[in-house]
Amino acid sequence: MSITPEKEPLLPRIQVENIVKSIKKGERIDGRGLTDYRPIEVILNPITKASGSSLVKLGGTQVIAGVKLELEEPFPDRPGEGVLQVHAEFVPLASPSFEPGPPDENAIEVARVIDRSLRESKAVKLDALAIEPGKIVWSVYTDIYLVDHQGNIIDTSMLASMLALATSRIPELIKGENGYKVDHTKYVGPLPINTLVATVTMGIYNDVIIVDPLLEEEAVIDSFITIAIDESGRICGIQKRGMKGFSRSVLDNTIEIALSKGRELVDLMKKILNNPSEYMKPLVSE
Amino acid sequence: MKVLVADRQLVRPGDCLAILEEGIISNEIKRYPDKHIYVLDNKVYSDVLGIVYIEDKDINVIPLESVYYPRKDDTVIGIVDSIGVTSWSIDIRAPYKAILPGSDVIEGFNPITHNLRNYLDTGDLILAKIAIFDRTRDPMLTTKGKGLGKILEGVVVEIKPSKVARLVGKKGSMYNLLSSKSGCDITIAQNGYVWLKCKDEYVTKVLIEAIRLIELKAHIRGLTEEVRVFLESKLGEGK
Amino acid sequence: MSGKPVLIRDGLRIDGRKPEELRPVRIALGVLKNANGSALVEYGNTKALAAVYGPREALPKHISLPDRAVLRVRYHMAPFSTTERKSPAPSRREIELSKVIREALESVVFTSQFPRASIDVFIEILQADGGTRTTGLTAASLALADAGIPMRDLVIGVAVGKVDGVLVLDINELEDEYGEADLPVGIMPNTGEIVLLQLNGVLTSGEFKQALDMAYKGVEQIYKTAKEAMYRKYYKMFEEVR
Repeated sequence: MSITPEKEPLLPRIQVENIVKSIKKGERIDGRGLTDYRPIEVILNPITKASGSSLVKLGGTQVIAGVKLELEEPFPDRPGEGVLQVHAEFVPLASPSFEPGPPDENAIEVARVIDRSLRESKAVKLDALAIEPGKIVWSVYTDIYLVDHQGNIIDTSMLASMLALATSRIPELIKGENGYKVDHTKYVGPLPINTLVATVTMGIYNDVIIVDPLLEEEAVIDSFITIAIDESGRICGIQKRGMKGFSRSVLDNTIEIALSKGRELVDLMKKILNNPSEYMKPLVSE
Repeated sequence: MKVLVADRQLVRPGDCLAILEEGIISNEIKRYPDKHIYVLDNKVYSDVLGIVYIEDKDINVIPLESVYYPRKDDTVIGIVDSIGVTSWSIDIRAPYKAILPGSDVIEGFNPITHNLRNYLDTGDLILAKIAIFDRTRDPMLTTKGKGLGKILEGVVVEIKPSKVARLVGKKGSMYNLLSSKSGCDITIAQNGYVWLKCKDEYVTKVLIEAIRLIELKAHIRGLTEEVRVFLESKLGEGK
Repeated sequence: MSGKPVLIRDGLRIDGRKPEELRPVRIALGVLKNANGSALVEYGNTKALAAVYGPREALPKHISLPDRAVLRVRYHMAPFSTTERKSPAPSRREIELSKVIREALESVVFTSQFPRASIDVFIEILQADGGTRTTGLTAASLALADAGIPMRDLVIGVAVGKVDGVLVLDINELEDEYGEADLPVGIMPNTGEIVLLQLNGVLTSGEFKQALDMAYKGVEQIYKTAKEAMYRKYYKMFEEVR
């Protein structure tokens, strides 16, 4: 059952007016342009135990994504394919308004939007992950851990998930008499990836489109759209959020912006993946 | 008393700051919460991560971070959080929500004829004083007083509550410096807000920069002078 | 990998350490923007992230106490933290460890200063390689210090184990899994008081005393690293000015 949420965070009216005034002038309260992303910082492989992992900071929002591969039965209608699972946790560390407990509708929505974008674009080559078709396949678990919330959870989580998947490795399989066992300490090769996918999240306020909304902006704006773009510029996922509608022309504009910003994010990921050792820094810097 | 640390040294919870020469050796902890120290077995310890200030025989630790804890007579800035029948609930960034009674704001208040929402609505900012607060109930505010009430103009800036004292300065020295150099109307609230009313946007921006500088370098000696130099370079010799 | 590995060879442990040697300890404070206080602590490959919110309103109201703050502590492991993926739902082990850690922190936090409020401590284990509850405990106490919550002292945790008959300090996952004893300890570094103590396994009383001595030495070293981390956070604040 979904219930109308309380208005969180509570912003003073003056600040709300400030944000609205800025948006009308084409500015943001943090000095960015309407379509600018905040600075992005990436650390690859922070969780060495995982098959792949990444820490992404988008402005003040921080997400850790961890990928683990386990052996499982395939779906009966897709016997020759591995299984993709995406799960998101909004842990209470991340915000004063998060309570411990199972994922709420927001966390579930984020996980499912990212899952669909990865699945529809066939980002992960699932048909290469069948060990014994119909019986045993690799199940790829992507766990999204939001640890600090300053707005735009989806784009941060998508970047983290994609980078974690793109740097994941397949563990060694040992065949015994009783079946297969996984040796999580040895890897045989990279997780096969078909394409990179990025999401572009925009807030819409009075027909003005704002890319990468801040936490404070999210409290004021009540209409959002997230569009997933793959390497070839195809749209592989859309999710409209928020309790307000928008016009067709606004929608057309968001698609245009998404294609352009999506390309930028994909290029950024390519740059990082071409030079991974530069991004493998320790979590704690001296 | 034998002092073991230097003035303005960084200290941690459990660090021994001094040894008392006289007195009864007691294995019961005696706390001095306002000074952030406690005494055990004749030794003085810090109870927070902060900077120790030593003046004659007086030891005081100022925490690097802290949440605002209400005190009677404090000036606070709050946001109207929700509206009841006879009072407003105000968020003052403290572990407790504060209450502002309707009768405090409206002359001859009558819940039947007066609708609280017509006077203060959710999201409104107010400047108020803490009239009553004790350990058994939530703080009660009052807006009866000069300058208190709904905030209609200017800019309200959030600062760390642990930096409020530095922003005021010894005997108000920092506050006076900021006011005189900027010509702005400045109200500092104990719960970590500063209300600025300046002539133009540029001065407001410079003043906010000065406030951030003070927040960051709160425990450095010579800060007042540094702020003076900064303000003069941006605003001239003063208005 | 079946069968028990050899844990001590030529007096050295499986990762090359001597019995009384700690893993490399890395600590950083103030790593999260939203939390009132936070700390990231690594003992070798075990990584714990702790955040503190509070003192804040105790909600729901019925959990609040009239004369002191309640402590709410959650110890939780991320699904990608373990060798095999762990379901995110809290396990019985996580529930027990949340209690044990909370009780350790109750002995140091001056909760009577904030009646009817709540101090919330959230510990997430990002990677598990043995000693997660003690790494988490250290992270939690540093996050409390980072938040300015008044305390008697910090709490530093370390686990001592017994492998192939030898007592070892700061066990890793293999030593925990295949060893004969696991003794996690939480100690106040300035007073020496013990606030967390459990034993999983068997020790003679002589071994127990030795193990405790080892723990104290380990705590002293970790405390030194913690002190440096607190200085670094303080001095880092100045670099942010320009």
